[in-house]
Amino acid sequence: MASTEIARQAGEGARAVPLSGHVGFDSMPDQLVNKSVNHGFCFNILCIGETGLGKSTLMDTLFNTKFEGDPNQHNQPGVTLKSNTYELQESNVRLKLTVVNTVGFGDQINKDESYKPIVDFIDTQFEAYLQEELKIKRTLHNYHDSRIHACLYFIAPTGHSLKSLDLVTMKKLDSKVNIIPIIAKSDAISKSELAKFKIKITSELVSNGVQIYQFPTDDESVAEINSSMNSHLPFAVVGSTEEVKIGNKMVKARQYPWGTVQVENENHCDFVKLREMLIRVNMEDLREQTHARHYELYRRCKLEEMGFKDTDPDSKPFSLQETYEAKRNEFMGELQKKEEEMRQMFVQRVKEKEAELKEAEKELHEKFDSLKKLHQDEKKKLEEKKKSLDDELNMFKQKKTAAELLLNQAQQAGASTTLKRDKERKNFF
Amino acid sequence: MLPRSSALFIFGSQQQKNLEGYVGFANLPNQVYRKSVKRGFEFTLMVVGESGLGKSTLINSLFLTDLYSPEYPGPSHRIKKTVQVEQSKVLVKEGGVQLLLTIVDTPGFGDAVDNSNCWQPVIDYIDNKFEDYLNAESRVNRRQMPDSRVQCCLYFIAPSGHGLKPLDIEFMKRLHEKVNIIPLIAKADTMTPEECQQFKRQIMREIQEHKIKIYEFPETDDEEEMKFIRKIKDRLPLAVVGSNTIIEVNGKRVRGRQYPWGVAEVENGEHCDFTILRNMLIRTHMQDLKDVTNNVHYENYRSRKLAAVTYNGVDNNKNKGLTKSPLAQMEEERRDHVAKMKKMEQEMEQVFEMKVKEKLQKLRDSEAELQRRHEQMKKNLEAQHRELEEKRRQHEDERSNWEAQQRIVEQQKLDLSRTLEKNKKKKIF
Repeated sequence: MASTEIARQAGEGARAVPLSGHVGFDSMPDQLVNKSVNHGFCFNILCIGETGLGKSTLMDTLFNTKFEGDPNQHNQPGVTLKSNTYELQESNVRLKLTVVNTVGFGDQINKDESYKPIVDFIDTQFEAYLQEELKIKRTLHNYHDSRIHACLYFIAPTGHSLKSLDLVTMKKLDSKVNIIPIIAKSDAISKSELAKFKIKITSELVSNGVQIYQFPTDDESVAEINSSMNSHLPFAVVGSTEEVKIGNKMVKARQYPWGTVQVENENHCDFVKLREMLIRVNMEDLREQTHARHYELYRRCKLEEMGFKDTDPDSKPFSLQETYEAKRNEFMGELQKKEEEMRQMFVQRVKEKEAELKEAEKELHEKFDSLKKLHQDEKKKLEEKKKSLDDELNMFKQKKTAAELLLNQAQQAGASTTLKRDKERKNFF
Repeated sequence: MLPRSSALFIFGSQQQKNLEGYVGFANLPNQVYRKSVKRGFEFTLMVVGESGLGKSTLINSLFLTDLYSPEYPGPSHRIKKTVQVEQSKVLVKEGGVQLLLTIVDTPGFGDAVDNSNCWQPVIDYIDNKFEDYLNAESRVNRRQMPDSRVQCCLYFIAPSGHGLKPLDIEFMKRLHEKVNIIPLIAKADTMTPEECQQFKRQIMREIQEHKIKIYEFPETDDEEEMKFIRKIKDRLPLAVVGSNTIIEVNGKRVRGRQYPWGVAEVENGEHCDFTILRNMLIRTHMQDLKDVTNNVHYENYRSRKLAAVTYNGVDNNKNKGLTKSPLAQMEEERRDHVAKMKKMEQEMEQVFEMKVKEKLQKLRDSEAELQRRHEQMKKNLEAQHRELEEKRRQHEDERSNWEAQQRIVEQQKLDLSRTLEKNKKKKIF
């Protein structure tokens, strides 16, 4: 038997020893299976395709049940993703199945952004898981895994080639999810056209570098069937929930005037192959790939974006503690710097404002000083005027006094002259 | 960090659905089985106990192989000065299932005169393995992680018949929250069944008294299984006998210990509980031991480690923050800091505004005061001016009056003198 992964990992460090009897650890796979069965399984399928390609019908046919409601219209303004979760049970196996449908895909005139909501949805589920994984107190084993495990991409049965919307969308998704392209409503294509169509699709996918999901061929027990199925990709499917009597059996089929297409007839379509591969053989592998490859890629990109590295500049490996401590120090440093900057800004503003106000104060004082000076000048002038008036008054007074004196003298002289005259007159007489 | 188009996701409620036909996901357990066999299994078992208690012999008996042999001696033959913790890896295969078995033993445990802290190397070993796993799990680039965490610890109790030794209690108390402890009574063939019963009861009493949490079998819904489990629980702790030799008893070749008085058979349920131990440890509960280690003991270690790294001394959010990741915690701290800074900025802004207002007010008051004074002085001056003007006017009036008068007087005088002159002249004639 080929060596197991564990054995390869152990390498030289382990010695193989023979057992001398039945120990019983060969029940380990059973123990593991029991645990999984008790825990229940979960599987999430995303169906992408234009309105009317039979996505809901195919899901109903695949899981032998009637899922959600009414068919959708063509008049959606954008692409919406509708998700429904169902609890199914088959013998003792419980499956929580989530079917996500793209509503309105391919209906718009401008389909440039059509892939975005889908990519966002897938990333959102990855992000939710990542957040849970990073929590300090986490409950991963009870976490309801909402990550998309398989993406069924419905190709319109034109018979010619893929639409550019198909290529663009699949290219955006191939590193995020396991893409299984299927040709929808393939009862519209004849067998010969179908072969050519499949070849065209496959070559277009290859030439555009789109990585679709390959059924794994590393496990011998399923390698043969998987590799044979790989050569039938993309599967051409027909879905139907209506039953028609063929012979004495009721089978799922679509009845046309010219004949009946039987869903589970491998000559009519690849439905059985799809069911076999998707559900019965590779469901677990799809889940594993989602976790080990697509999720890890998302996680790696996200962590690198956040600045995490595995080794420090000297190429020594970081321990988790060191990584977080380094982040924390960087973070604290940043905060401190911001605080410092803010303080500095305030100090600056205060200085500026102070200078402004001082300037204003100075101006004010200068203004009043100059007014004061003006006032002083005025006062001086006034004083001078006063003085000159006083001088004038004095002069006038003097003049007046002098004049009066003169007058008095004159009067006196006159009076004496008059007296003299009178005296003379008197003397005359 | 979540994409903005979450408005485009519509989640329906969960519903139970009945299948109308065989789908095939009941095959999932087989897929799991197949993959697990391909990957291989690993298990790490630790054996702890004083030397001479038959640990190596028991391991060899459990795994029906010469794990310990003259070339690879058991712990009792490798005692050094201090307690060592050493591991040996063996690869065993059975029924297509490969198991990488790591046996960790502790030569020197409990053998010194002073055994204080002889459990410390054991604790350190277990923590180191947890740390290795944590670092591997936290890397940006993760690969298939080898799991070397200790998944079960068989603790050997000496068959004294009385009770637990202080060392036993101390060890179990310190390790019961780090590893699944399965206490075993060693060399059970030295006790009679009654002595053994009593010893077991005493030990279980002491274990409960000291609130030691030994490994507990998980509850199941299966009534049969539960009955079985309850029977085992009654026989705890398991009393075991090991042997490297095969003896012929009644034509059968059995593992046993030959005494003059008979053969103690290892796999005879009436002689000892070896079979129960083997079945439980290997055949039925090996997976559960791994799960409990991963989901409980490791998670406890991890959350304690991450809380320490995140809070780094900040002790107040002990219970609140544990639902986040350290990064989310840092984000929240950053938001808090931003809010705090905003508040601080607002406060500083307010104080700044207020002070500026004060200063401006002062300036305005000062200006008003100066203005008032200036006005006052101006008024004063103007009043003085007016007074002066008035005075001048008065003076002017007076002067012009007086001058007018003087002119009259002068005129009179002139007239008089003329008259006199005339008279004089007349007189002369």
